[in-house]
Amino acid sequence: MADITIRAVRKSYGKTATLHGIDLAFASGEFVVILGPSGCGKSTLLRMIAGLEDITGGEIEINGRVVNTLEPRERGCAMVFQNYALYPHMTVADNIGYALKVAGVPKAERRTRIVETARIVGLGDYLERRPAALSGGQRQRVAMARAIIREPGVFLFDEPLSNLDATLRVTMRAEIRKLHQRLSATSVFVTHDQVEAMTLADKLVVMNKGHVEQVGQPLDIYHRPASTFVASFIGAPPMNLMDARIDASATLARHEHLAIPISSAMAAALAGRDVTLGIRPEECRVLPAGEGLPARVDFVEELGSGRIVHAAFGSRIFAAAIPLDIRVAPGDLIGLALPPAQLHVFDRETGRRLDVTHSAGRHEPVRQAAEAV
Amino acid sequence: MDKRAVFRSWWLPTAFALPQLALIALFFYWPAVAVVRWAFTLEPPFGGAAEFVGLANFRDVFADPLYWNSVVVSLTFAFAGTLSTIFIGLVLALAVDRQLPGSGAVRFLYILPYAIAGPAAGMAFRFILSPERGLMASVNSAFPDFWNPAKYGSHALILVIVVFAWKWAGYTFIFLLAGLQSVPKSLTEAAAMDGSGPIRRAIDIQIPMLAPTLFFLLVTMMTEGFVGADTYGIVARTTDGGPNHSTEVMVYRIVEEAFRGLNYSGASAQSIVLIGLIMIFTFIQFRFIERRVHYK
Repeated sequence: MADITIRAVRKSYGKTATLHGIDLAFASGEFVVILGPSGCGKSTLLRMIAGLEDITGGEIEINGRVVNTLEPRERGCAMVFQNYALYPHMTVADNIGYALKVAGVPKAERRTRIVETARIVGLGDYLERRPAALSGGQRQRVAMARAIIREPGVFLFDEPLSNLDATLRVTMRAEIRKLHQRLSATSVFVTHDQVEAMTLADKLVVMNKGHVEQVGQPLDIYHRPASTFVASFIGAPPMNLMDARIDASATLARHEHLAIPISSAMAAALAGRDVTLGIRPEECRVLPAGEGLPARVDFVEELGSGRIVHAAFGSRIFAAAIPLDIRVAPGDLIGLALPPAQLHVFDRETGRRLDVTHSAGRHEPVRQAAEAV
Repeated sequence: MDKRAVFRSWWLPTAFALPQLALIALFFYWPAVAVVRWAFTLEPPFGGAAEFVGLANFRDVFADPLYWNSVVVSLTFAFAGTLSTIFIGLVLALAVDRQLPGSGAVRFLYILPYAIAGPAAGMAFRFILSPERGLMASVNSAFPDFWNPAKYGSHALILVIVVFAWKWAGYTFIFLLAGLQSVPKSLTEAAAMDGSGPIRRAIDIQIPMLAPTLFFLLVTMMTEGFVGADTYGIVARTTDGGPNHSTEVMVYRIVEEAFRGLNYSGASAQSIVLIGLIMIFTFIQFRFIERRVHYK
């Protein structure tokens, strides 16, 4: 158990800066997921916590101790690598027990702990095999066992599931979550997969271009994205975004020739401003042609549990999730309704969220939207 | 589908291959056949009809204690030379692989000795390690005869091994560095996370992963130490086989006997024994060591 504090941490390689001052605090036992597109600096941040990457500026503190200059082994972290990084010339047992061997744990005790750890991850029967003789999921388990056996204060996961196929990924995701409940070590999990992020995280950190875009609970982030980046990065299909100008007198947002009804609170707060409006595909309602705002169906994605309509709306394509009982075909004219209470507003210049206190709404039941993928 | 240019006639490809074939025949097969023939005949030093003597040349060779001395010297030279080149190359490669500032320039410097001909290096070391005015002279002035390769056979043998190691460490270094760079970085990182320091990581992770490279270098360096052109050149320019035959490796003895002693037949018989020895060594290496090499 350990807490982690990251203060104004920067990283640059030569003159190119990749992290521009990160401030984060992770509580002991928390499962933190750092989510971001590739190249956003999330892995670099994780490797800096691990001690595999120098810290250009700022401080990282683990359990109240600044670890900037400490060697990886002195930081009390264990890491699961994206490619598992198993030692190919050692058996599974030796792989799992390597840290203990280095630490000088006597052979008999080492063996007991290896067997015990292997049992936790379900590898009991494979101890004498070499990694090359294991499947992807088994290798993943070895990598986890290797981390678990050290009983670390902090678990670091660097996109550990990205090399697995889809079914296995779901299984391993659940196992990681269960493992965390069991061990309750602070875990930092880096991924670019929003489903992993939403399902695993106690605390979700969204990063982009070396900045932290938003920190919060997954559902908060889903329902109140702090910027257009977060809005479009989280949720599948992503949030529909469009530029609009608030017309206060008509309580409308005008986007090209379209007029979108907005709440009076929003109209009053943002009168005359250029904003970016956003709405989740799940919140768009599809109406028969002639009602709502006109749109033309471009194509339809079948998901089994529902379908996603992509429709030309003004000059852009809007996605709307519709139930199975509504049938539409490409080329159909439909109407879109955008419930004012579900609209997100962002500043056009900065992309940051503009909060409007809605007099009504916003207390709709929380949906398991991220899992609807 | 493999795309190949196919020659329609037979004479054109033959004509292209001919210069190469001629060279191989002239400088490889002809001498090899001659060596085999001479080994079983008594070849007059100034030409003329040779007399077939069967295995007499071999009997003479094996009866000569100086021949057995050269076998022992060669074995010592090849083993010590191989181990020290690989060890030095490995240490240098591990150091350069850490990519600390300046490692690019240092890498270049480490490879450099390999570009220097063995005899030239031997010549240079004669002066560098000369007991009267070289690096060891000051030690010698405090402890007389602490280092004197002109006087002590063991010192002379160390001297030629040092020259060999100095030159060939650059060669093993290139291969080992390339080998280390193909070890996934995440493996050493994982070991670092597991609490293993740089030296422990080298021993536990990097060196086992280098096994194929190390095996390759073992075979090539042993062969080089036994029959390499440099082995002759270094010994000839540094100690001339002396003092008292103590650095007389097999190749040196063969060349000396053939071209200074004009004993072509005896030298040919020794060559054949040497070839046989190399074959046995290579066989042993492949049979017993290669099995323990993990290629993955």
